[in-house]
Amino acid sequence: MDIQSICVMGGTGKTGEPEKVERFELNMGDIISIVGPTGCGKTTLINDIELFANRNTPSNRLVMINGEPISEDFTFDPRKHPIALISQHTNFLSDLPVGEFLKIHAKVRGGDNPEQMIGETLEFANQLTGEAIITTTGMTELSGGQTRSLLIADAVIIGNSPIILLDEIENAGIHRSRALELLKQFKKIFVFVTHDPHIALLSDYRIIMKNGSMEKLICTNPAERKVAGELGKIDNLMLNFRTYIRSGQEISEKMMAEQMETLKLTN
Amino acid sequence: MKLIIFAGPPTCGKTTVIRQVIRRMLKKGHKPAYLKIDVLYADEDKIISEEFGIPAKKLYSGELCPDHCNVVVMDEAVEWAEKSGSDFLFVETAGLCLRCSPYIENSLGVVVLEATSGMNLPYKIGPMLTLADIAVITKIDLISQAEREVFRYRVIEAAKEITVVESNALYGIGIDPIVKHIERSGEIEQPMFLRGNPPVGTCTICVGKKEIGAKNHFGVLRTMEHDLFYIGE
Repeated sequence: MDIQSICVMGGTGKTGEPEKVERFELNMGDIISIVGPTGCGKTTLINDIELFANRNTPSNRLVMINGEPISEDFTFDPRKHPIALISQHTNFLSDLPVGEFLKIHAKVRGGDNPEQMIGETLEFANQLTGEAIITTTGMTELSGGQTRSLLIADAVIIGNSPIILLDEIENAGIHRSRALELLKQFKKIFVFVTHDPHIALLSDYRIIMKNGSMEKLICTNPAERKVAGELGKIDNLMLNFRTYIRSGQEISEKMMAEQMETLKLTN
Repeated sequence: MKLIIFAGPPTCGKTTVIRQVIRRMLKKGHKPAYLKIDVLYADEDKIISEEFGIPAKKLYSGELCPDHCNVVVMDEAVEWAEKSGSDFLFVETAGLCLRCSPYIENSLGVVVLEATSGMNLPYKIGPMLTLADIAVITKIDLISQAEREVFRYRVIEAAKEITVVESNALYGIGIDPIVKHIERSGEIEQPMFLRGNPPVGTCTICVGKKEIGAKNHFGVLRTMEHDLFYIGE
């Protein structure tokens, strides 16, 4: 199935009231963030998308692909499943080395050049991690951040899924702004569940969740995009300090002053 | 009578899958009965009969090999299910030994495998997988899409003809395709025979007597009502 758009029609929140956001539609290349306090139903919303909810989940939402609902009987060829969900608790459990796992996955997905796909996947993943992933490492030996990086890279390159759902990737200790930058090069639909203001403002849209319900849909305006740029600098400042600390340096006030200078922010 | 035999390693989610299947079968107006065969302990029969009010029974194989127990009692079990007015008999096996398979010819063999159990499991469990009609992969929500695809590939590599269904049985996801296969399965034919060839061994079943029912065997036996007894010289 060739996916051009996905549309979510609102259902009901935890109170049974209809959702204020009646529908939203995403086209290829769109990035949307789902925000709100914990327990407000963010993960439920992406689960509904993953399941192609057809008024058959507790939220009563309807998810349509290219303007059509997906019937309950319809099953995608699992090798061509259009949605990859990278959840908060997704971990690798397979007892295979990274290289072999990727090779089988590339074979399953039927790419023309598996070796190249594996190379690209590792290159992508290694831009997000601290220490590089090596092909002979066992999947289960990867750290949390390496695991999340490899999952994202695999979903984008080998899986080539048109719709990618990412649940709180900021918790994984990976370079998240870099992740978003890299992801933006691919013309896919990305849905982020996030508590990170920088990711939220780099998205094209954001949905504010409250009490299990889609409360508000905001299209990122030009002023917000500027703010996103500034937040990116603060993000980088934090990353620079992380690098100092990781590399065993002692932190001085001078370092802080230099960093603040690059921010060009007035206190 | 349609006979549906579920096998799979312990705690792989067989009961959860069966409960979801029975719930849907009842909604569609079918009349299922349930038999659990286990070695030492089982309370699934109680859970199922309390939840659905359908005929449910359990058998402890005890000193007998559970698949052996399965063979010597299945004729009576089918009779019991028929008498109780059922049109489907669900048998949940203990699933311990990996040398035999519990499936019977003209039954529907369903093997339940955990997605979390490691990429070599499909190669390790032998006839329990290779002689099954359907492999249900459970707990798919616990692993990534990529691993699901690789695990599925390994299952198909081990059992080329098998139909694979992925399911998150806790939430009832992926159950409908299983129900469809069950509805489409054939009626059991008498006399019943064990599917496939058992390994070399010294009990009547191990040496190749595949006829179902204690009357067709000798040595250490049991029936639904009677505990172990011995027939032979």
